[in-house]
Amino acid sequence: MNKILEVNNVSAGYGSEVVLKNVSIEVFENDFIGVIGPNGGGKTTFLKLLLGQLQPMQGAIHHFPLNEGETLFGYLPQTSNIDKKFPITVQDVVLSGLLSPKRFFGSHTKANKHKAAELMQMAGVLHLASKSIGELSGGQLQRTFLCRALIADPRLLVLDEPNTFVDNKFEKELYELLKELNKQMAIIMVSHDVGTITSYVKTIACVNRSLHYHKSNKISQQQLASYDCPLQIITHGKVPHTVLLDHKETLTPNPK
Amino acid sequence: MFTILQEILEYQFLQNALWASVLVSVAAGIVGSYITSRRMVFLSGGITHASFGGIGIAYYFGINPVMGALVFAILSAFGIEALANRKTVREDSAIGILWAFGMAIGIIFVFLTPGYAPNLMNFLFGSILTVTQSDLLMLLALDVILIALFWLFFNPILFISFDPEFAQTQKVPVKVVQYILTALMAAAIVLSIRVVGIILLISLFSIPPATANFFTKTFKGMILWSIAISLIGTFVGLLASYRVNIPSGAAIIVVFVVMFALAKLVSYTTMRVRIRTENNKLHQA
Repeated sequence: MNKILEVNNVSAGYGSEVVLKNVSIEVFENDFIGVIGPNGGGKTTFLKLLLGQLQPMQGAIHHFPLNEGETLFGYLPQTSNIDKKFPITVQDVVLSGLLSPKRFFGSHTKANKHKAAELMQMAGVLHLASKSIGELSGGQLQRTFLCRALIADPRLLVLDEPNTFVDNKFEKELYELLKELNKQMAIIMVSHDVGTITSYVKTIACVNRSLHYHKSNKISQQQLASYDCPLQIITHGKVPHTVLLDHKETLTPNPK
Repeated sequence: MFTILQEILEYQFLQNALWASVLVSVAAGIVGSYITSRRMVFLSGGITHASFGGIGIAYYFGINPVMGALVFAILSAFGIEALANRKTVREDSAIGILWAFGMAIGIIFVFLTPGYAPNLMNFLFGSILTVTQSDLLMLLALDVILIALFWLFFNPILFISFDPEFAQTQKVPVKVVQYILTALMAAAIVLSIRVVGIILLISLFSIPPATANFFTKTFKGMILWSIAISLIGTFVGLLASYRVNIPSGAAIIVVFVVMFALAKLVSYTTMRVRIRTENNKLHQA
């Protein structure tokens, strides 16, 4: 297994405020890491660090060399941060995923447009290619951004809460698709929906001021508490606490 | 109509004014679309007014006021960007501070300058009929730079403007591109002051793109429509200002707003008609 990147004892924050302390994690190809944690715990800061949008105050992030023509990151941001009135078409958004310092001149090649069309076909937004993003629904917008994240064949796909604003049908399709993509690339996914992601991811990173890396997709309420990650996995009536079983779709309360 | 053509051929200042409206329309169409798409209309207003500080200082020391304005505009643009990036001051507060500070500096230095500043009103309210050949050459140079940059780097400019955070993850030099565009925006603002004046300038960069947005949903379309709308607005405004003898800047802005209202009416009516025909189809089916 090849290592893609390594975060070594990194602290980070904004101004003089430290949000994350002494974070370490190694990401290998074919990893599928679910990032969970309470709001304000530093999930977004962690992603910014990984993606190079924020520089560490302390420690270092090491990227391992890529092969010729490879891209490191495919990034799906939270769509709530996007200006939906911006005058840009769906096809252009998808093609913007190919932007890189090497491809700065000129217009899009036929091959690139073909690739964009294939991805839009897969995501079910090809018929919207020439629409402007303001005319799309939340789910369609997510699909478009997923195409943008994938078009450059990234080694590491980073998804920030991909299941917000999407319908159940797309959510299930998305997770099945991610499982398929995981054969070719590593995936890091932030989600507030702890119950659902644990049945798809391979490992779990709990982020709350620091990071606890749980190398399994099964996690109990007690473990979460010991990681200082006060999250409710799932509530079922008056059952005091619940544990996720090794099932794909169904979640049953712990018969304790 | 014939007499106007004759007068244009006869008078150099009218020819200059016409050329100025063409050159300013191109710059305002390109830069205005960028400003509108990135929601920087308020920022551009701040830069415009801050540049008055440079004009005042230039008057006091007897330098070319356009140069003074240019230095102030670029410095205030970078200052706002730097303040906002450090997140210690909110961006709109930073704009508000520099907006008023620039005007205050300008007023103080104009007041301190001995004698009366005769062209001061032209800077505040614009005077397209006093455009000089050196103004035109500077505008031409700006247009050439803008067209070349937007031609060669259209996609990177579009993509970085749309989602700078994503562009950053692709190792694109986002900050460099943004600073270059901000500097060009400041230059376009300052060189357009002569035409509409500081007080009205914000509309030259925001009304045509807003009008264009009724007809097009792409960045390229917005630029081309904005240039066309600016051309019509400045021509008609210029003629009106010459004929009726009113300030050119105000005349141009009134034409812009009338065009905006008409475009809104047209887009509203076509939408109503489309909904009605679709409803009729549904009823028939």
